[in-house]
Amino acid sequence: MPGNAETNDLGSHVIRVIAQTQRMPPNSISIDNTFDELKIDSLDGINIVFALENEFGINIPDESVQTMKSVRETVEGIQRLLAEKQSAAASPGAG
Amino acid sequence: MNRVAITGVGLVSALGENVEKSWSNALAGRCCIDRLEDPGAPPYKFQYGAEAREYRAECHFSEKDLITLERFAQMQTVSGREAIAQSGIEFLDELQDRTAIVTGSSVGGQFSEEEGYRRLYRENNPRVAPLTIPRTMANAGASRLSLEFGIRGPTYTISTACSSSNHAIGQAFWMVRNGQVLAALAGGSEAVFAEGLLRAWEAMRVVSTEPCRPFSLDRRGLSLGEGAGMLVLEDWQHARARGARILGEIIGFGMSSDAHHLTQPAVQGPERAMRWALEDAGIGAAQVDYINAHGTGTPANDVMEAEAVHKVFRGDDKVPLVSSTKSMHGHTLGAAGAIEAVLTVLSLQHGVIPPTVNFTRPDPACDLDVVPNCARQADIEIAISNTFAFGGLNATLVFKRAG
Repeated sequence: MPGNAETNDLGSHVIRVIAQTQRMPPNSISIDNTFDELKIDSLDGINIVFALENEFGINIPDESVQTMKSVRETVEGIQRLLAEKQSAAASPGAG
Repeated sequence: MNRVAITGVGLVSALGENVEKSWSNALAGRCCIDRLEDPGAPPYKFQYGAEAREYRAECHFSEKDLITLERFAQMQTVSGREAIAQSGIEFLDELQDRTAIVTGSSVGGQFSEEEGYRRLYRENNPRVAPLTIPRTMANAGASRLSLEFGIRGPTYTISTACSSSNHAIGQAFWMVRNGQVLAALAGGSEAVFAEGLLRAWEAMRVVSTEPCRPFSLDRRGLSLGEGAGMLVLEDWQHARARGARILGEIIGFGMSSDAHHLTQPAVQGPERAMRWALEDAGIGAAQVDYINAHGTGTPANDVMEAEAVHKVFRGDDKVPLVSSTKSMHGHTLGAAGAIEAVLTVLSLQHGVIPPTVNFTRPDPACDLDVVPNCARQADIEIAISNTFAFGGLNATLVFKRAG
């Protein structure tokens, strides 16, 4: 399904960013991992969120960060924020 | 061991340009955390800070002086002058050699440093201002006071993030107590409203988008503040012999490291700092009447501090009253311990506890009487003041009412 493919692409993209930020091999991170399992703590999280904001050109508010306890939740959060960004850009009042 | 008297205090903060104004605003429970004068472009995610707006450099220094003195060093000097004036101490002859200056600062002269980088990286101009080094050095305030008053004893600056000032005051206290010096100027200073530093705090995601609300259920982070505080510490006999008015006494100091995490606080470290401070003072937990809390207003700090307080004071009839004056003057990082030490001395002197303002509703995880929103009269004899720093470094001072 196209939706899944998109998610998968986004998933591997997010994993690449996390891996790069944490100096970990990307294949050591799975979409199903929680950050606890990856030994990623709140300080690492700040760094990762900053890198994701840069990578995707979005602002990740604190409320969204609090929902991101796993790689999957992070991917879903980013997907939501990207969709919001797109619809804001497409809306007549935008720009 | 010598008793250590406090014979003078000085303060510059968002609460006011001197001790009198700051204390009066603190007692009125005035939150001096306001909208930032410069909102940033693009705007900072947080728009509130505690800027020392009454402070005017030109009222205290000649234009020539300002060539070498950054804002943090100016404020340190001004608070030092106020403390010395109140103390009436004169640094003559032997006392010049037997007086120490110990200050705390986390970031030093941030403005000059950023200006240098601006020139270098933005304007591609490799000619960085020649006085950048002496302006930025964290000991600039201590050195200025040494020069101005001819103080020639041990003079240095401690940089341990938000515990800098308590570490500085504690070291100075021990030097006077052990007889290495007869007197000491001890305190700290910080000027934080420099763009690069604010952007770095923004990225840390710990600064609240509204004025901070320590210990309140709806707290969302800290508010940054700037300022300086200074105390004149003096050998008790020396102070008495010259007829000085004694404002209070420092009786204990304890410090510890969490050895746990770079930024996440742990209960055991602060607990040990408080216990060791009480042990150093030779008093029991039950004797403490008031705690000037670290109380930053971050979700993590306040829960941890409340738990540490309960551990130290468990089994006693009463947990002391607690307040976070950061709710009024902001978190002044390396100056926090100094500003809060001055307010703690004044609390003991006047028998009034400055409140924790912006408090809306209690957090069950912070089960303390935080003196919400209104100052409270209280017969307090002994108080402690906590600082806990990023890096897991904790420092607690114990103060006693004069007499």
